Amino acid sequence: MTIEAPDAFSGGKTPHFEESARESLADSQLRRNLGKATQTIRNKRAVAVEEMPDWEQLREAGRALKSRTLRHLDEYLLQLEESVKQAGGQVHWARDGEEANRIIAGIAKSHDAGEVVKVKSIATDETKLNEYLKREGIEAFETDLAELIIQLAGETSSHILVPAIHKNRSEIRELFMQKLGVEDLSDDPPDLTNAARLYLREKFLKAKVGISGANFAVAETGTVCVVESEGNGRMCTTLPPVLVTLMGIEKIIPAWQDYEVFMQLLPRSSTAERMNPYTTFWTGVSEGDGPQEFHLVLLDNGRTEVLDDEIGRQTLNCIRCSACLNVCPVYERTGGHAYNSVYPGPIGAILTPQLVGIGKSGSDSLPYASSLCGACYEVCPVKINIPEVLIHLRGRVVRHKQDEGGLRGKLDPENVAMRAMAKTFSEPRLYEGAQKAARIGQWPLARSGAIHRLPGRLAGWTDARDLKPIPEQTFREWWRSRNGSGTHSGTRSGEGS
Amino acid sequence: MRIALFITCFNDTLFPETGRATVEVLERLGVEVDFPLEQTCCGQMHFNTGYQREAIPLVRRFVEVFKNYEAVVAPSGSCVGMVRELYPMAADLANDKRLAADVEELSPRVFELSEFLVKKLGVTDVGAYYPHRVTYHPTCHSLRMLKVGDAPLKLLEAVRGIDFVELPEARECCGFGGTFAVKNADTSIAMLGDKLRHVLETEAEVCAAGDNSCLMHIGGGLKRQRAGVRTVHLAEILATTEEKIKP
Ligand code: SF4
Repeated sequence: MTIEAPDAFSGGKTPHFEESARESLADSQLRRNLGKATQTIRNKRAVAVEEMPDWEQLREAGRALKSRTLRHLDEYLLQLEESVKQAGGQVHWARDGEEANRIIAGIAKSHDAGEVVKVKSIATDETKLNEYLKREGIEAFETDLAELIIQLAGETSSHILVPAIHKNRSEIRELFMQKLGVEDLSDDPPDLTNAARLYLREKFLKAKVGISGANFAVAETGTVCVVESEGNGRMCTTLPPVLVTLMGIEKIIPAWQDYEVFMQLLPRSSTAERMNPYTTFWTGVSEGDGPQEFHLVLLDNGRTEVLDDEIGRQTLNCIRCSACLNVCPVYERTGGHAYNSVYPGPIGAILTPQLVGIGKSGSDSLPYASSLCGACYEVCPVKINIPEVLIHLRGRVVRHKQDEGGLRGKLDPENVAMRAMAKTFSEPRLYEGAQKAARIGQWPLARSGAIHRLPGRLAGWTDARDLKPIPEQTFREWWRSRNGSGTHSGTRSGEGS
Repeated sequence: MRIALFITCFNDTLFPETGRATVEVLERLGVEVDFPLEQTCCGQMHFNTGYQREAIPLVRRFVEVFKNYEAVVAPSGSCVGMVRELYPMAADLANDKRLAADVEELSPRVFELSEFLVKKLGVTDVGAYYPHRVTYHPTCHSLRMLKVGDAPLKLLEAVRGIDFVELPEARECCGFGGTFAVKNADTSIAMLGDKLRHVLETEAEVCAAGDNSCLMHIGGGLKRQRAGVRTVHLAEILATTEEKIKP
């Protein structure tokens, strides 16, 4: 398990997916915990979706709303800024994570806050806000139960909705006993929750500043919305006198009415619930009620570049439901840490490389972390064609290597082999020659009707799989022997076969 | 009806028996089969691995070779998926309006074998006889890209003598995924492990599918484990008749 591992958003070099996956795959406890958890959520979701006769129309509505909003994002953002200000809030624009962190730390400092409480927010994980605040002498306390667990364990999230999905109850019990100083604790969920509650209550009451992310913000009214299951988020957004919300610019929706669609799509897709338990809305500040100062920080951090890419931009439709993670056969086995990003799973495999930019070897490996089975696309409530984006990004990765990788990129063995093969396929004569050459070339490898070991990079195949040798006659050789050299069969009923 | 057979480079080279079986089934049903010898590869491996500029000449070749046929049939869900779902993207990348138009015109006429038989010809009983215990892996591209639905199962149900047994968790990917099987071999093998477990649970002697690429992966794993289960393409089951088995 990677502890406080730097990820794609921390700037440095990150390992390739396949290297990290190899480690996770060998962790039998992780495999068991994840396999069980994803299967449970997956099955529940299927039931929750099945009972909706208009699910497909809803998905289409969600997709259409999101893509229309993204098309006019600039206008909606200005409208949002205006309405938040009207309602007594303040709006800040952050080009990147660093700028967002600076703004947020500045607000906390101006209130002499040495501690802040946080609602679960992936945007703040993306900008590495907690680490930044720590360097500035401010301690951030995560209040979402799962976030608290991983914060106490000094780990990073492995799922966008259930950050501690890789841990089971007894592991959490041990952690709480160690870190919260609880002496007598069972691994019953109510007992675990209670231990966390006692610890968190005090933090809520003391904190001067609360920090949240946002699931949606309505351009028309300036209303920000957080969707959660525990109620801790509501405490964070209502108890401290100052509230700061960090929101990716793509989270905007034009009007209240649009909730009709998203509030049906999101809970059923994420937690398989008909209705979300705690949905908190706030519009600026209201005198004498809740925080008296509200800051909305709008984060770009690569998003406008994603918008620029015609195929890639659908990635910004994402409402972070996590359904794609739960159905992904790769995620189910490797877990989230293998992706080395705050965004794991299928959505992470398309979002991370786009946000940090193509050309970084760690995140460039993410679009390849998929068998292209399409299970993610099938469940995505806003119809992001994830396999299509994966393939598109693979193309961008390869073109980047070929065009900017200099001689090294050109001499890369995969590049050389792929180009040679493409050349061969482009000409039937070369292709047939290669078929014959392969048949002759394989003889040192084939033993008693199977190839057990392949050389070089192809050895990955024969690690666990035999390979069938190339047979004596290709199909086209058979066809020719049956029909002369003609294209047309001119025969009937299996003649000659 | 006259169709063009797109054998796919993979079947042509490694699984010619699937091609022969496909021809046999189609001709038995009175379909006239052409095999344009200028065909090579649809470009799927290149395109899906990111070598998309390199795939464009292959896309052009495919379109040129097949565009004048009323229908094109291939015994491979994933290659048909490439043509129907990804050729438009390739044409866009090539920035070639004519190619895009040709693709749009041709791609609805390209069929995977089971969907051609059931949906286009309206046949489920092809006169096959196959006295074996068989399970079927539906393959992701046939299932989710082409949406062939239960066409393969309908064909199998009509086979005489067959002892068909449903595969548990059939819709789960087998872990092949083209170059994924080599690039991410560890994950691919972890996925394969679960697929093999389900195949063995059925106690079938044959695991069938509509795509030899997935079958090569599943079969390679079964063979390595000396599991005693063989993999057979759907076309070969459909091509087997009573006359053929009995001397
Ligand atoms: S990509 Fe789709 S399925 Fe995945 S988290 Fe986003 S909205 Fe949910």
